[in-house]
Amino acid sequence: MRRFARLFAELDATTATQAKVAALRQYFTEAPAADAAWAVYFLAGGKPRRGVPSALLAAAAGARAGVAPWLVQASYAAVGDLAETLALILPPPSRTSDLGLAQWIEMRLLPLRDVDAATQVERIQGWWDELDGPERFLLNKLIGGAFRVGVSKLLVQRALAQAAGVDATRIAGRMMGYTDGRALPTAARYAALVDAQDVSTEPQGGEPYPFFLAHPLDPAPETLADRLGAPGDWQVEWKYDGIRAQVVKRDGAVHVWSRGEELVTDRFPEVASLAAPLPDGTVLDGEIVAWRDGTLAPFALLQQRIGRKSLTRRILDDAPATFLAYDLLQASGQDLRDEPLHARRARLEALAATQPRLALSPLLTAPDWEAFATLRAEARARGVEGLMLKARGSRYGAGRRKQADLAGGTWWKWKIDPYGVDAVLIYAQAGHGRRASLYTDYTFAVWSRPPRDADEARAVVDAIARRATPGPDDLQLVPFAKAYSGLTDEEIAAVDRVVRRTTAERFGPVRSLVPSLVFELGFEGISRSGRHRSGIAVRFPRILRRRPDKPLHEADTLATLEALLGRAAPLDPAADADAAIRATGAGRGRAPP
Amino acid sequence: MSDAAADLVVARAEGLYCPAGDFYLDPWRPVERAVITHGHGDHARLGHAHYLAAEPSLPVLRARLPGIDLSTLPYGERVVHRGVEVSFHPAGHVLGSAQVRIAHRGRVWVVSGDYYVAGERDDPREYNATCTPFEPVRCDCFITESTFGLPVYRWAPQATVFAAIDAWWRENAQAGRASVLYAYSLGKAQRVLQALDPSIGPIVAHGAVEGVNRAYRSAGVALPATCNVAEIADRSRLSQALVIAPPSAQRSPWLRRFGEASDAFASGWMLVRGHRRRRGVDRGFVLSDHADWPGLLRAIAATGASRVIVTHGFEAEMVRHLAELGYEAGTFTTEFGDRDDEEAEVPADVAS
Repeated sequence: MRRFARLFAELDATTATQAKVAALRQYFTEAPAADAAWAVYFLAGGKPRRGVPSALLAAAAGARAGVAPWLVQASYAAVGDLAETLALILPPPSRTSDLGLAQWIEMRLLPLRDVDAATQVERIQGWWDELDGPERFLLNKLIGGAFRVGVSKLLVQRALAQAAGVDATRIAGRMMGYTDGRALPTAARYAALVDAQDVSTEPQGGEPYPFFLAHPLDPAPETLADRLGAPGDWQVEWKYDGIRAQVVKRDGAVHVWSRGEELVTDRFPEVASLAAPLPDGTVLDGEIVAWRDGTLAPFALLQQRIGRKSLTRRILDDAPATFLAYDLLQASGQDLRDEPLHARRARLEALAATQPRLALSPLLTAPDWEAFATLRAEARARGVEGLMLKARGSRYGAGRRKQADLAGGTWWKWKIDPYGVDAVLIYAQAGHGRRASLYTDYTFAVWSRPPRDADEARAVVDAIARRATPGPDDLQLVPFAKAYSGLTDEEIAAVDRVVRRTTAERFGPVRSLVPSLVFELGFEGISRSGRHRSGIAVRFPRILRRRPDKPLHEADTLATLEALLGRAAPLDPAADADAAIRATGAGRGRAPP
Repeated sequence: MSDAAADLVVARAEGLYCPAGDFYLDPWRPVERAVITHGHGDHARLGHAHYLAAEPSLPVLRARLPGIDLSTLPYGERVVHRGVEVSFHPAGHVLGSAQVRIAHRGRVWVVSGDYYVAGERDDPREYNATCTPFEPVRCDCFITESTFGLPVYRWAPQATVFAAIDAWWRENAQAGRASVLYAYSLGKAQRVLQALDPSIGPIVAHGAVEGVNRAYRSAGVALPATCNVAEIADRSRLSQALVIAPPSAQRSPWLRRFGEASDAFASGWMLVRGHRRRRGVDRGFVLSDHADWPGLLRAIAATGASRVIVTHGFEAEMVRHLAELGYEAGTFTTEFGDRDDEEAEVPADVAS
């Protein structure tokens, strides 16, 4: 535990990649295999089922420290991290211990699930008394299921590779499914992960391959030819608004994996069913999409499927999904990832010819990049996010590698520009983590109708300052989106100062403001919502820029959002693409039955 | 009784005000008579007609507010103005920092300004060695700061913090890189300096820090030898140096001459991980010139006051907690800095 706490503190204290890899490598070199097995699990994002609710943890710490529950909450609001808050309010330990990480997890934390709350509290309070500050912090994170540290899976793999003398991509392959929770990390699993003797790279059982990820492309269309060369060297597809997934068929069983390396077979029985007839030794890469009445449906439907314990008939009917395949990574047990993309596509199409229920992501063709730019401009109306550009010669890499690392070429995602709306900042809340006690979480509003002039807007602002309640027909600012990201640290500091200066009222950690700032917000999607006061929900809202040039009364209105809603109706991209494809005779797409 | 008309101190737009004596305490707008608790920029401002402060703060106030009409009183000595008795008592925060005791018709109020006292028990090892330690003053009503007024804020023994700073400096010096330590130029910098082990290497002070160092040395505070960066002829010596600079110097061109240095920040806020990460330095040393949570509660209890008025910091939280402990508690809204991590304006004459 002490060693892992020290590693966590080192990773947390630096932003330098080299220093992080060095700290990880040293840990893996020194730690016993049983402990390292759990360390890899947590560092790679594994989360055991949570045994203790954070409210219970907070109550136990407050009771131990003699701090009233409201004061624990107030401290949390200032610190921005519950595990840290509790570690800080607890009195100093009265004894020490140094149990290994594996023993902590297996003998102490996992059995917590099986005892009643009173016993949980009693045990945890005892453990706190034998740990120092950083160790307590780590323990609280592990108990609360909120362990997160600023290292990517790629860095963990690189450090393991260096410590073990094994190629990093091989480590990446072996790590697939390591954190899915089906088997606990053990010394034997860790040994297999870092085994320098075993040369086989094939995934075992139902394991997928590491996903190959695309880089964002943000060019002016006229520079595309310079940057990418001839369109004919590229396989172009829609970029779907769905869940990236690999479908694995081995040993008679289907496994569906999301990009987060989570096994989602049970979530999507229709995908499992359409993959059942695939021959053994097949791995498909593609996208799970919401699919209704033979056409793409909004992503919001898929969200109803995620995070549900049990799928009822009704949910399956209300939110049907399907899988659009775009790559073939393994066929007849043979790894195809080093084949060029065009060869993999040919084999994918040959496979699809024998699989009537398997739908492919259609290929798009156009004479030049300008024409592709035109297609991309239609993306929103088609319910997709833009275009994917994949070099026809590209092999299937691992992760998001730099272009220079890729022999056969890279993959680009060429997304559509987000919707933009000028909105008024009306509430602010302190952030978490490194933004703790800075006001960084913002709620934005638009006008209920266009203000007549600056004076009418000013009257609304004055009414807010006086805390007057507006009448139902009065001009108002209607909240419609929260956004946390998009500003630089300097901009955040500047907004923080304005928030403190213009606070109208404080509600716990939230401050309502006398409005003074206009921001341009960007978001990816927009739909009607009964749960929002504005009647509208937006997807992935973020701050594009501050608009100090824009007076309050020129901010956008509900009518602006309504107009965007009208434009967002999804059509059927597959059908249109089919037409395009038939016209050019290139590639082949088929709508699912 | 808290009959508002009888309150010895009230909040006005200009600052905290004593109606009976017709003077202000650390006012933020220009006034006729200002009683000053200490030299930090949010408490001692230019523009008042007459200033009264504790005698030990004289060198600091002279350096920061040149040309003001300043009278001083030794700690503990009383002066009577319009029937109101005023005296200064050590606050332990920075050189010359004082609590202001105001007595009128048998009632006593104390305005504490900023103060430092650490831990649940009085322990001389935790005193701020650069100034006179905090002295509890009996009163009916105590006006307290609340910069670190939450139970998460508890300071570790300062000896361990100073040892950690020396260890960090020594390790950097051995690795051949300079150590840049950010600390507020008035108070924190001198508190760190007096504790450093000067045998590790040369100590370079930023101009803003050195200006305050001169004031401290003139008051008899023993600080190790410091030098200007230009005085180090042998450039290789810079890699052994500890550089002490105000936080505003972070990422400034002045720092480039030290090359690939390790940097650190000394502040109470460094206790919290989010603040450490946001500050973007290699190390955070938890060292504050403000009272921690147990210190605040101990200081308040030691006054014997039944009424407490909380200013700048976590006022709402402190008030609720004090009310639960049985105090009559309220707040004043002030314009004193409640963040403690923004350096007050550095006067031009000491900045370089």
